[in-house]
Amino acid sequence: MATIPVGAASIPRVSRVARRSYRIVAEIPSIPLLILSILAFVAVFAPVLAPHPKFTPVKPTPEQCQARFGMASCPYVDNVPPFWARGGTFDTPLGTDFLGRDVLSRLMYGARISLVVALTGTLFAGAIGTLLGVVAGYMGKWWDQIIMRITDAWLTLPSLVFAILLSSVRGPGLWNVVLILALVFWSRYSRAVRGEVLALRERDFVKLAEINGIGKVKIIRRHLIPNVMNTVMVLFSLQVGVAVIIEASLSFLGVGVPPPEPSWGLMMAQERDSLMEGKWWLAVFPGICVTMLVLCANMLGDWLRVRLDPQLRNR
Amino acid sequence: MPPLLRVTDLKTYYFGFRGTRVVKAVDGVSFTLEAGETFGLVGESGCGKTTTCHSLVRLLPPGARIVGGGIELEGEQLLDKSPAQMREIRGRRIATILQDPMASLDPLFSIGDQVAEPAYYHQALRGGKLRQRVRDLLAAVRIPSPEARMRNFPHQLSGGMRQRIVGAIAQAGGPRIIIADEPTTNLDVTIQLQYLSLLRDLQRASGVALVFVTHNLGIVAKMCDKVAVMYAGKIVEMQSVRGLFYDPRHPYTRALLESIPKLGTKEPLYAIPGQPPDLSALPTGCSFHPRCASAMDRCRSDEPPEQRAESGAVARCWLADHEVARG
Amino acid sequence: MGRYVLVRALYSLVTLWLLVTIIFAMVRLTGDPVLMKAEAGADAVYLAELRRQWGLDKALHWQYASFIGNLLQGNFGHSFEKSLPVRDIYFERLPNSLKLGFAAFLISIVLGVPLGMLSALKVNTRWDNVGKMIALVGLSMPGFFVGMVLIIVFGIELGWLPVLGKGSSALVWSNPATWVPFWFKDWPYLIMPAFALGWYFSGAMLRITRSGMLDVLGSDYIKLVRLKGVPERMVVAKHALKNSMIPVLTFAGLNLLIMVNVAVVIEVIFNWPGVGQLLYDGLSNRDFPMVQGVVLMSGLMIVMLNFTIDVLYGYVDPRIRLSR
Repeated sequence: MATIPVGAASIPRVSRVARRSYRIVAEIPSIPLLILSILAFVAVFAPVLAPHPKFTPVKPTPEQCQARFGMASCPYVDNVPPFWARGGTFDTPLGTDFLGRDVLSRLMYGARISLVVALTGTLFAGAIGTLLGVVAGYMGKWWDQIIMRITDAWLTLPSLVFAILLSSVRGPGLWNVVLILALVFWSRYSRAVRGEVLALRERDFVKLAEINGIGKVKIIRRHLIPNVMNTVMVLFSLQVGVAVIIEASLSFLGVGVPPPEPSWGLMMAQERDSLMEGKWWLAVFPGICVTMLVLCANMLGDWLRVRLDPQLRNR
Repeated sequence: MPPLLRVTDLKTYYFGFRGTRVVKAVDGVSFTLEAGETFGLVGESGCGKTTTCHSLVRLLPPGARIVGGGIELEGEQLLDKSPAQMREIRGRRIATILQDPMASLDPLFSIGDQVAEPAYYHQALRGGKLRQRVRDLLAAVRIPSPEARMRNFPHQLSGGMRQRIVGAIAQAGGPRIIIADEPTTNLDVTIQLQYLSLLRDLQRASGVALVFVTHNLGIVAKMCDKVAVMYAGKIVEMQSVRGLFYDPRHPYTRALLESIPKLGTKEPLYAIPGQPPDLSALPTGCSFHPRCASAMDRCRSDEPPEQRAESGAVARCWLADHEVARG
Repeated sequence: MGRYVLVRALYSLVTLWLLVTIIFAMVRLTGDPVLMKAEAGADAVYLAELRRQWGLDKALHWQYASFIGNLLQGNFGHSFEKSLPVRDIYFERLPNSLKLGFAAFLISIVLGVPLGMLSALKVNTRWDNVGKMIALVGLSMPGFFVGMVLIIVFGIELGWLPVLGKGSSALVWSNPATWVPFWFKDWPYLIMPAFALGWYFSGAMLRITRSGMLDVLGSDYIKLVRLKGVPERMVVAKHALKNSMIPVLTFAGLNLLIMVNVAVVIEVIFNWPGVGQLLYDGLSNRDFPMVQGVVLMSGLMIVMLNFTIDVLYGYVDPRIRLSR
């Protein structure tokens, strides 16, 4: 189990400052952060960055029309492959879809949808869940019982299935999806936050505030909420990925963000039939985008979790 | 005749944060152990007693390494052994008893199963012979109705019983040395005495040597022949038990003895001023000097080596040097 | 053990009741059950008739009472489109979903648990980092994407595996002769969907096994087992493994939940006639009772499943098994 190294020479001498900064810098997940920033940038500036509009088909060149339809001109050329395949051009580097729209541009606009929906949906879920969790944990007694029983039952419902149900009565639409996300996921927060609050409640600074007669609401606002923020932030970053996948799934099934908006999930659904005909790029690129986004969010969330929980640090 | 166990200048360090932080948990510990002897290892929490014990069987947590010194078991150098050879030594020649009996036993396996394990692997006993051995072991540690207890699970037994079972496990391989790391700390006071006398009897019956780690000097007085006091990873004093209690040679030992509450007097409780040092940032010179009432200038700058008196007593102190010189 | 089972059963019942109430409340509070038909362009008269038929014009508590009443009688709704009770259609399709689910579960265990153990045993080394990365990627790829990639690679490009459907075998409840062979026939159809479904969970299983293992490996009793000189492989195989199974089992329940989710999309992509596809059919056919009925049944299944897992867990852990 143990070995004997050469002796004192094997013991490194590093300054304390260098030690600390090395620790912090080496651990920041720089690549996911970079990718996420790029995605966010693209999402915000999509109208400027995208080479083509998101709804109208790309104007084809006469050569393309000739090659595809044998005519001099045509309104659009559908299913153009990516630029590295035969028949592809640099004008539409990732190809066009079944209506002749540029895939790359639609992907860029799609980033907006995924990010907006996932972030706001998770934000609302977090707000509701945190509030209920704090109330349950701090107020105790039957507040706790009721809220927690409901939370447990809520957690038993599979999220996508529940989301589909809600969607069927609300109809498709971006803000409907946000609402649904909030309604489906708040329970994850309330359980975690309640646990935190139960522990916090016994801490000295809370007891001191109580002894000094500070009202419960104020205690919640000034002491409890800031201290659960760590947990909430970690949960938030981990939940964003889930939200992206749920939104993509809903759009895929047709009950999420409706056409012609280029939600990545929707793009994958529209091309499902084309898959059989070998036009793989239409479904694969949006899928890669979703995976990238979720992967980076998850990596960030993981890093946050390890960073904020000292017990896990050396695992 | 070489001693049963000879530890020479053992050094075990912990390396953390990718090698940038070094904790000198054990920093030059030397002692010998004879057959049948009870050796006490005393000190505050964090002084290196447990790391020393783990180092003896070379079962260290990740991040810890033995960086120097030697451990000889009956003349064989343990630090040269392969992992497979060490595994054979553990349980069979050196056994260990841990502090928390509940945490020491696997909750999912029966008592009989767990006591049988060392005998199964080291003595290759099987079937009826194995069961008999388990029964004998349990009887030796005074567990009533061993046959029934063998089928029980750890959570069904009391703390005292569990610790006795851990003792039975220790005996199962037929070891020459048993290392007991604070075995009574987690037990009720009334059970502690029972357990200690049990250990004493077991020792007399099997002639096993005992390394007894504790922070309780009272237990040391009862159980041990020889005792070493550890501080900040080093042995600062080592003597026979009588010698330690009647003629302590290190200020730290004196302070420890001083801080034992005495019945019948109204003197205020004495506590050693200051805190144990951070093992990754030890003070210069003698590690104890910031808290020592008799610290001299030399103590601040030079680390005292082990001073050996004629009686065999060892003290790591410049004062002892003076005393030796004085005669 | 008896008391434990009773408590869990009671708890399950309460959860079930809350579950159906939540479904009831959310449907009626956030939207309109006739919406789907309205979107399809039905006229106002038809919609009014529909509302009347479904009791939506009555007072809320009356609706709730009849809702619960129906459920207690086992009436989970009547499919609009197929003119059959939802419950019957559900049970007819259930074996298909179960077959897919079991296969996916097995795949996730076979892939995830050994890798998780490897990661834990070689913690913080390159193997561990590879393991953690695999888990992360697995958890990040949406199931339907994996399914599509599989279809493209194995179904179309290589042509090795059939893409759609489940083959001709079926489990017919009324015909016991079909009960056993069903699980084993037509397995080429099963491979891709099961893999696509199980992929996500391999990641989760890997993580949970890894973290459970690490906890166990750091515990005192494992330390003592090592101090006894037990060979390392027995330390892992006998002690560490069994103790790690407890958190894994606990997590398995949660996993199954997510699996039901992902299964919906997988079933749609692979045209696998399970209950997930039933949900989708309900959506496409604008058959609200079907949608609601399937959700209710799924909820019921999950509560029962969790209860079963609780009981299993109680059996494995002797601390519970041997108590009152």
